[in-house]
Amino acid sequence: MSLIEITDVRKSFGSNEVLKGIDLDVEPGEVIAIIGKSGSGKSTLLRCINGLETISKGSISVAGAQLMDDEVHLKALRLKVGMIFQQFNLFPHLTVGGNVMLSQMVVKKTPRPVAEATARKMLERVGLSQKFDAYPDELSGGQQQRVAIARALAMQPIALLCDEITSALDPELVAEVLAVVRELAAEGMTLLMVTHEMKFARDVCSRVVFMHEGRVHEAGPPGEVFTNPQTPELKQFLGLH
Amino acid sequence: MIEFTTWDILRNLLLAARWTVVLSLVSFVGGGIVGLVLLFLRISKRKSARAFAKYYIELFQGTPLLMQLFIAFFGLGLFGIDVPAWLAAGLALILWTAAFLGEIWRGCVEAIGKGQWEASASLGMGRLQQMRFVILPQAMRIAVPPTVGFSVQVIKGTALTSIIGFVELSKAGTVVTNATFQPFTVYGLVALIYFALCWPLSKSSQILERKLNVAHRNH
Amino acid sequence: MNYQFDFGWLFEYYPQIVKGIAITIELIAVGGVAGISLGIVCAWVRALGPAWLKPVVAAYVELIRNTPFLIQLFFIFFGLPSLGLQLGELQAANLAMVVNLGAYSSEIIRAGIQATPRGQFEAGASLAMSPFETFRHVVLVPSLERIWPALSSQVVIVMLGSAVVSQIAAEDLTFAANFIQSRTFRAFEAYIVSTAVYLLLAILLRQLLAMVGWAIFPKRAAR
Ligand SMILES: Nc1ncnc2c1ncn2[C@@H]1O[C@H](COP(=O)(O)OP(=O)(O)OP(=O)(O)O)[C@@H](O)[C@H]1O
Ligand SMILES: [Mg+2]
Repeated sequence: MSLIEITDVRKSFGSNEVLKGIDLDVEPGEVIAIIGKSGSGKSTLLRCINGLETISKGSISVAGAQLMDDEVHLKALRLKVGMIFQQFNLFPHLTVGGNVMLSQMVVKKTPRPVAEATARKMLERVGLSQKFDAYPDELSGGQQQRVAIARALAMQPIALLCDEITSALDPELVAEVLAVVRELAAEGMTLLMVTHEMKFARDVCSRVVFMHEGRVHEAGPPGEVFTNPQTPELKQFLGLH
Repeated sequence: MIEFTTWDILRNLLLAARWTVVLSLVSFVGGGIVGLVLLFLRISKRKSARAFAKYYIELFQGTPLLMQLFIAFFGLGLFGIDVPAWLAAGLALILWTAAFLGEIWRGCVEAIGKGQWEASASLGMGRLQQMRFVILPQAMRIAVPPTVGFSVQVIKGTALTSIIGFVELSKAGTVVTNATFQPFTVYGLVALIYFALCWPLSKSSQILERKLNVAHRNH
Repeated sequence: MNYQFDFGWLFEYYPQIVKGIAITIELIAVGGVAGISLGIVCAWVRALGPAWLKPVVAAYVELIRNTPFLIQLFFIFFGLPSLGLQLGELQAANLAMVVNLGAYSSEIIRAGIQATPRGQFEAGASLAMSPFETFRHVVLVPSLERIWPALSSQVVIVMLGSAVVSQIAAEDLTFAANFIQSRTFRAFEAYIVSTAVYLLLAILLRQLLAMVGWAIFPKRAAR
């Protein structure tokens, strides 16, 4: 059984069908890059997996648990799957440490000392242990995004969803965030990432999924997808003619 | 005829102004509590709760406070209660204040970006936890200036309770005028006392607002 | 509660109510137009006017915004005669509303003017317009457009606040309700009916102001 099973998922906004039947199985430890044109439904797919959007049809299950639209099931799912956003979305009223500790304490009821120890460990992992008491607005974008990663990791998820997590960053800050992701991948974390960093996808990912008009148009190992695209749409997307 | 010095007038007015202050505090605190309930209803996931809060707010913001006072005064009487003016005054002002504070605070909650809701949801927080730990702490910061600003409206609103017979600053103004036949002096002084109560609040609201804007720009 | 509601008096007293509505409408029509005009003048003074006039206008605005309308009304109606200015009930009510809305709207309009990009003033100046011409032809309308929703809300607030003019015996809607309740002893019903009428007036006034907004800011309607 796969870790994440996405079966015939459809999602419409009003009369606009954005996902037109997505099938995708993700094995534990897989690192998947989702690529595709703007508006092809990449973000929507990730948001559905995290229950931020309710799907119109089909099913999603994570580690055997079905995604359902009530608070108990949603919470169970979100404990398994973390999400990192393009705009970081750190809590500006809390310190870096507070950001990483909050959900452990209120969702998992972890005692404060334990939560703090976990927070310090996770911040260490993303190379920001010295920023524990800083506020988000005192950090660079790259540092903020690394805190967001630590915050998600502190919940001990079995998979991470990353939606263009380097797109809001200045070019010189992209590398430090990707280095953290690369490390996570090496440690065996299951990752689903929407990205425009083709080189990174080629180096790090085990599979590349090309989405086009709400469907998985082409998928395969990066070697095949990038060097030998089958469909004209993917060729055009990659700039090969 | 007894001669009234300006000092006599002022002293009487100041004594009555205590009740303006008390009623304002009661209305503001009570209205704040009810307003918080309204806020939660207004942003609830349940459609009926949202609709109730919406119509409540429209009703109280769309009708004169004076009418609300009359209805509280005469309406409570229908239940066979002998309604003292202070009770009707307090009740009407609390309900009226709640409508405005609820609406002001809703604006503040909605000013918090969608990303904050999504990030906290993706960390597994339930709706109440999101409100309690993520949204409200941020919304409260931006809510302070308009809330302080609205307290001025509450103080001025208490003047209307004189019309249903609650004896506060405005009522005292009328009583003292009838005794002294010096409306110009008396109402002038009444206005100045209100000004002394309201202006510091208006000013602090403005200053807080400016501080907040500066803090925002630095982010 | 064993109270029997009785709205039978409506048939006998509806002329009073209609007259009261007419006066309430008259008050807000005059108060609205003159009040906003006064507000524009005051906003101009505070934003761009002569330095010596600014503190005078500022004092007026602060004084009005920090005192109850009821007291302003009493001061005008009962207090001003000792300065030799004797006004009728309606005149006093009208004046009080203009003075009141003038202060509030000037603050709102000023915010609209302050939000005008610097470049607009500079562009006006570069076209050889005087500061006043720039204000009149370049700055004013977009500023009003910016704050029209806030200004509309304030007009509605002032309309609802006008209920207190009944206290100086101006024969508005509230006066009619008071009159009816004193004759019929049907206080609750009389106030419920007039409250409903006020609510209706508030809704209609909001619509009307939105339409006025579309009329004077055609760009907005096109959007
Ligand atoms: N909340 C929403 N309401 C209505 N339409 C939406 C909503 N969210 C997304 N859409 C529509 O769904 C389509 C797919 O959007 P999505 O954000 O998934 O695209 P994407 O592949 O992530 O694009 P990008 O690369 O620009 O991020 C778009 O046409 C978008 O307009
Ligand atoms: Mg996207």
